[in-house]
Amino acid sequence: MKFAIALFAAPHQPSSRRALRFAQAVIAQGHEIVRLFFYQDGVYNASSAVVSGQDEIDLPSQWREFVDQHQLDGVVCIAAALRRGALNDEEAARYSRTAASVQAPWQLSGLGQLHEANQIADRLICFGGA
Amino acid sequence: MKSLLIINRQAPWSGPGAREALDIALAGGAFDLPIAMLFLDDGALQLMPGQHPQKLQQKDLGANLQALPMFGVDSLYVSARSLAERGMPQTSLTLPAEVLDDTALRALIERYDQVVTI
Repeated sequence: MKFAIALFAAPHQPSSRRALRFAQAVIAQGHEIVRLFFYQDGVYNASSAVVSGQDEIDLPSQWREFVDQHQLDGVVCIAAALRRGALNDEEAARYSRTAASVQAPWQLSGLGQLHEANQIADRLICFGGA
Repeated sequence: MKSLLIINRQAPWSGPGAREALDIALAGGAFDLPIAMLFLDDGALQLMPGQHPQKLQQKDLGANLQALPMFGVDSLYVSARSLAERGMPQTSLTLPAEVLDDTALRALIERYDQVVTI
């Protein structure tokens, strides 16, 4: 089965951990993830600037490793990311900001990517919505 | 094409949620996708007339809401219970949203392939 997974919650929220565990289970059981889409506070899961305590899980790192390992399509909504200060090098240069915290494997792109994934996937699974 | 129902539960000025739910609908409408929006719980407050966002130094969400039909998103619904709980009369809403009781609401959610709740 083809899954699209959308995440709306920040990495310190339990929904983000559940989303990652769900995504790992999807792959472990031989299904396909057509796209991960991070929206609203979910964009912080793609930030390399998040620092966790030494005895706490580092969810942004775990997401990054997971996406790298399985060569997944990880998209971060650009509008949501810009208003939360999660920029890549290109956007930091465009808006003259000194810090970029979003790097590969994440791509900043538009909400059209969520709709496109929905059309391809058999199931859209959302985490961290209201 | 798969259809999408967006359930919009956020009050208009409580944070970016209301606008971000709306942005999903507007982006999908631009691709001519079958998209509907349901205003539920505090989301119903987005349809209240006589709001003055400039006094909160906020951009007018109403303008974006009015853009929904122009973007092809004209399947708009609001929960009768949510309106009643907030003392909002069904007759003075800022958008032509269909008022649904709880039974109709269940049928609506059942009808759509995918659901996003914000």
